[in-house]
Amino acid sequence: MARHTLSVLVEDVPGVLTRVASLFARRAFNIHSLAVGPTEADGFSRITVVVEAEGDLLEQVTKQLNKLVNVIKIVELVPETSVQRDHILVKVRADAATRLQVTQAADLFRASVVDVSTDSLVVEATGTADKLEALLAVLEPFGIREIVQSGTLAIGRGSRSMSDRALRSA
Amino acid sequence: MTKGSPISPSLMAHKAPAAADAVKTKDVAASVSSVVDGLSPVIGPNNIVPPTEMTGSQAVVRSLEELGVDDVFGLPGGAILPTYDPLMDSAKINHVLVRHEQGAGHAAQGYAMVTGRAGVCIATSGPGATNLVTAIADAHMDSVPMVAITGQVSSAVIGSDAFQEADIVGITMPVTKHSYLVTKAQEIPRVLAEAFHIATTGRPGPVLVDITKDAQQSMMSFSWPPKIDIPGYRTVVRGHSKQVREAAKLIAAAERPVFYVGGGVIKAHASQELRELAELVGAPVVTTLMARGVFPDSHPQHVGMPGMHGSVSAVTALQQADLLITLGARFDDRVTGVLSTFAPGAKVIHADIDPAEISKNRTADVPIVGSVKEIIPELADACRERFAAEGTPDLSAWWAMLDRLRETYPLGFSEPDDGLVAPQQVIQRIGELTGPEAVYVAGVGQHQMWSAQFIKYERPHAWLNSGGLGTMGYSVPAAMGAKVGNPDRVVWAIDGDGCFQMTNQELATCRLNNIPIKVAVINNSSLGMVRQWQTLFYDGRYSNTDLNTGHDTVRVPDFVKMADAYDCVGLRCERVEDIDATIQQALAINDRPVVIDFVVSPNAMVWPMVPSGVSNDLIQIARDMTPVWEEED
Repeated sequence: MARHTLSVLVEDVPGVLTRVASLFARRAFNIHSLAVGPTEADGFSRITVVVEAEGDLLEQVTKQLNKLVNVIKIVELVPETSVQRDHILVKVRADAATRLQVTQAADLFRASVVDVSTDSLVVEATGTADKLEALLAVLEPFGIREIVQSGTLAIGRGSRSMSDRALRSA
Repeated sequence: MTKGSPISPSLMAHKAPAAADAVKTKDVAASVSSVVDGLSPVIGPNNIVPPTEMTGSQAVVRSLEELGVDDVFGLPGGAILPTYDPLMDSAKINHVLVRHEQGAGHAAQGYAMVTGRAGVCIATSGPGATNLVTAIADAHMDSVPMVAITGQVSSAVIGSDAFQEADIVGITMPVTKHSYLVTKAQEIPRVLAEAFHIATTGRPGPVLVDITKDAQQSMMSFSWPPKIDIPGYRTVVRGHSKQVREAAKLIAAAERPVFYVGGGVIKAHASQELRELAELVGAPVVTTLMARGVFPDSHPQHVGMPGMHGSVSAVTALQQADLLITLGARFDDRVTGVLSTFAPGAKVIHADIDPAEISKNRTADVPIVGSVKEIIPELADACRERFAAEGTPDLSAWWAMLDRLRETYPLGFSEPDDGLVAPQQVIQRIGELTGPEAVYVAGVGQHQMWSAQFIKYERPHAWLNSGGLGTMGYSVPAAMGAKVGNPDRVVWAIDGDGCFQMTNQELATCRLNNIPIKVAVINNSSLGMVRQWQTLFYDGRYSNTDLNTGHDTVRVPDFVKMADAYDCVGLRCERVEDIDATIQQALAINDRPVVIDFVVSPNAMVWPMVPSGVSNDLIQIARDMTPVWEEED
């Protein structure tokens, strides 16, 4: 199923994330990833949600989200006109014999090593989902101990902002 | 907005003003015609109240008064006690003390359904609140405007599993239009004003306001009207004129159009507008279970109720239509049967105030988002223009076929084989002897379907039932609420023996508060609809459907004795020849509730029926009997 990235501008009130998440659960929509944080405007948060859905279902997701009273606005961000990034921390097995190979691999992906111990490294990387998958494929042979990953963050290219117009009328 | 593209223009209709080129709300209102937005006036008489010091609980009562609330249904308990104290002194608000919170919820629904105003129910925290859940879910499914106010434990102990604590906001999240947890007294007037606004505008629905005990007890400064601020809530009221013209074009070109009319037209108070449009177009009209009465049953263009137990003419009209003019309906599975085979040759015009309903189940060719109250007259204008240019469509061949169906397969019933009274006859006579000005409230099951089929509805707001959720026990408390809302009308609760046992405790409420409803228990001594399915699909194995309340049983409980215990009038009718006299006797009693135990045959079944999981084309008029089709596509 196709993945779509939705930016959802919401009021920053208690329970809003629950409302969004519970809507996905109730309507049997699939969430691939979710990221939430404050925005440049006080009192508003932005949720970036990657959903797995085909055309009609995506339309339903958007319409149902729009019905939530705390949701201000929804925009689909397509890869061509937006910047989309995931953030990952990977703990990789690396002893004296393999440490250099792992750090070189990390370098190739412009990832950085943020923790070192005698038998492991923590690699931090930011990029598109594709790039991070490729990084993981390269690190895999060394032995991946642990992965922690953010939801996708996405922002449109160009000078316009998602929130200014929506919030001016609020 | 960035270069990220909004999903699609039609998709964003709900919040188009904000998404597209909104700069200020007022400009939005001008550009999109009429928009009910978060800044619209607070409902009620709109008194100006200068800042006054009071407690949060006084603010609750005062806010309800300022919102124009006359009647509320509730039951007190620890966490809502502070609010019940000032409520006692309110001269404006009549509080009806129920015997179970579910009763308060359904009563609020019944009240809302007959008055069009928000129904209000009040309960305490924990079990009081959870007892409201069924009614809240029911109101959500049937789009009933309702505000449920619950007490909550003090904010300091929320989350500690305190006595009678339940996360009712969390529990009801999937079944409310919106909800609030109020922990500060100062927020009470604004939240209540917002709650009433959200409950009654757009697609109506239930809103929960959960107020902590400390918020009720602390001091605040009350002023009215409060400033409502709901930036994420906007409802498009007026339909897009291009879409309306497109719809008129389809109507003018259609050979077999049908008006598929749902409960939204009742909610929008648009029955008069509907009638004008229908008569202009001349097409057949079907009214769904939620829409019975919005178009008069006696009108020659009315071809019946569609769906699983719809009439042959209504079901066939939809199946063979080339155009569905869908107004405030939602293609519920009980109407469509197997969706992929529903109205296979029809284009679809779909007008609804909720954009999420459009193309949810059946893709619309012409979607129109807005209130049918506004859309229908505009559509009529657009049709008039079209017809003036192109002539009024000739539907005589279509009508010839439908008339034949109506004649050949009218609604009817046969006498039961066990010599007991036919339940359909009882219900039909109640309708005939009471007339269209009464309010009829059904529970859920066979008696509900027979009430929808055999009572003739001539006006909207006369027929109440639990359509979407199918809540057994809806009837008695909803009838109670309807009687409070319409005290001058005769209100019949037509209930089953199963349903009646779920909520009959509200007879005490009715008796003590002078709410003289009439209850007709259609007593077939079983969970009749389940029994019917067991007869048809489970080889007559009657697993757990025998209730022992009827003919030749121990009669536990004895409904006449039960009525007597509640100091209501209890009557029993077991013979055909007594039906009319018993109904007349009940109609003559207006000083207290009446309960009639109509002992009927358990073998009667609801026909026609489209068995579950098959196409509506396979409608049966009796067991294993399908109509003989003259012109199948």
